[in-house]
Amino acid sequence: MSDSAAPLLDVAAVRRDFPILNRPFEQGRHRKGTLPVFLDSAASAQKPQCVIDRERDVEERYFANAYRGVYWFGAKVDEELEASRDAVRRFLNADSVDEIVFTSGTTMSLNLVARAWGGKFLQPGDEVLITEMEHHANIVPWQLICAERGATLRWLPITDDGRLDLECLDELLTARTKLFAVAAMSNVLGTVNPIDELARRAHDVGALICVDAAQSAPHGPLDVQCSGLDFVAFSGHKVFGPTGVGVCYGRRELFDAMNPFLGGGHMIRRVFKNHSEWAELPAKFEAGTLPIVQAIALQSAVEYVERLGHDAIAAHEQQLLRYATEQLTSVPGLTVYGPAIEHKGAICSFTIDGVSAEDLANLLDIKGVCVRHGHHCTMPLHDRLGISASVRASFSLYNTREDVNRLVDAIQFALERLRG
Amino acid sequence: MSTASTMTIDELIEEFDDLGDWADQCEVLIDMGRELPPMDESLKTERTKVHGCQSNVWMVAALSDDARPVLELIADSDAMIVKGLLSVILLAYSGRTPQEILDVDIEGIFRRLGLDRHLSTARRNGLAGMVKRVRQIAAEAAAA
Ligand SMILES: Cc1ncc(COP(=O)(O)O)c(C=O)c1O
Repeated sequence: MSDSAAPLLDVAAVRRDFPILNRPFEQGRHRKGTLPVFLDSAASAQKPQCVIDRERDVEERYFANAYRGVYWFGAKVDEELEASRDAVRRFLNADSVDEIVFTSGTTMSLNLVARAWGGKFLQPGDEVLITEMEHHANIVPWQLICAERGATLRWLPITDDGRLDLECLDELLTARTKLFAVAAMSNVLGTVNPIDELARRAHDVGALICVDAAQSAPHGPLDVQCSGLDFVAFSGHKVFGPTGVGVCYGRRELFDAMNPFLGGGHMIRRVFKNHSEWAELPAKFEAGTLPIVQAIALQSAVEYVERLGHDAIAAHEQQLLRYATEQLTSVPGLTVYGPAIEHKGAICSFTIDGVSAEDLANLLDIKGVCVRHGHHCTMPLHDRLGISASVRASFSLYNTREDVNRLVDAIQFALERLRG
Repeated sequence: MSTASTMTIDELIEEFDDLGDWADQCEVLIDMGRELPPMDESLKTERTKVHGCQSNVWMVAALSDDARPVLELIADSDAMIVKGLLSVILLAYSGRTPQEILDVDIEGIFRRLGLDRHLSTARRNGLAGMVKRVRQIAAEAAAA
């Protein structure tokens, strides 16, 4: 079965870890007893019991605000938060916990980099390079800061098969480029970008690289030291952790040189009436009360993924992607966007000739198949593909071939209804 | 089963009640969508587009030049279920005077059809956008 020596994932056991997958839908839109086929993990992943328990455990046993109390609750919260920060450091192989900032998610992390780095270091005439496959979260913050600083935003195009067009890179990545912001994995095409090479090419021209790892993080960690990454952003909720927490990694020299992002409590050393001095890293970028419970439970999520093993997860997802791609492309009129499966992760975004994405998603829902439709926060990419919307089925470590079969059956059902 | 073109809104509500099941109701919406006459492509412009919708929706309205002017609505979408919803709106509003349109309890109709429970928030917002467009047109006509 397996085409590599990677250990196999015990998917049945994994599925038992996710209570939501084993409960029939509550009465309403579905036939009684219908179990969900959850194919929207690229938007947000489901939570294993250990994450749910961890959140509850914090709230029930020792919750208090962080970095404030001398009493046991407060001290315990601090200890657990720092343990989580260290788990994230390990996950990214960062040099120091000072380089791990808790944010509210990828969006805030990317805004932090754009504001706190770009707001200080971008000069008129400088360029920021992004790509046509970026999520709006890795577009709009750069549009805003470039406009403010008089810098120019440049776009690296994609090829017709949905990969970055590296032949254009030399032309676009130049001495004028100060930062290259790029997704490690596309949330629509599934394309896995060659981050090591992109980092090297950016550094060759003296630019920094900022990686949007929102999609790649659940499928495999980045090694910021080995790949030479300057900034990395990801969200807890897409790596089976809670919502409301995310991570911004920044190389220490960069974080040190930057201005704060948000001002407020905890991020200062000393506040005077006419100025303030900043706290040490990472507090400098953690103004206000953190999402404490969520940040602590992120540790459980990261360790859950590590326990299953990245190789086992990748092997399982790749098998599933191959099967899903075969099954989907056998549906007449169906187009899956993005490159060949060797170049992508477990996401299939597709359209079917003559069928609207909204109709398809609604009819799949009737069969208990959860997919997303629309532009998936990638309007420039959809413009490039020449479509206004697509349906996205994204697969995760808990999905099975049976899920793919139910997806394809549901598509047949939808087509029968729609073609009447 | 009566077809969309001859049905009244009360008959539709009755039919939805009898069906009870969203899957079957959805099928009726799709059938209604299929029966909705297509809109002339030249009418599908940025100006006639209803914003706030996930799928493309266009809507134009005109006042008939009868002694008792009623609103004539033409609408279209690229999604069949949305076309079905447009049919529901047309059933509720077509052939009514602007003032009558403003008096229709459309939320109540959607509720009795169970649409408030079965449609996603995004789609409900889209539906609200379509209703807003009709009411706006009616309000302008009523004030004229
Ligand atoms: C590639 C990519 N970047 C950024 C984001 C934004 O993540 P969040 O909404 O968690 O901030 C997402 C998720 O939707 C994503 O897929």
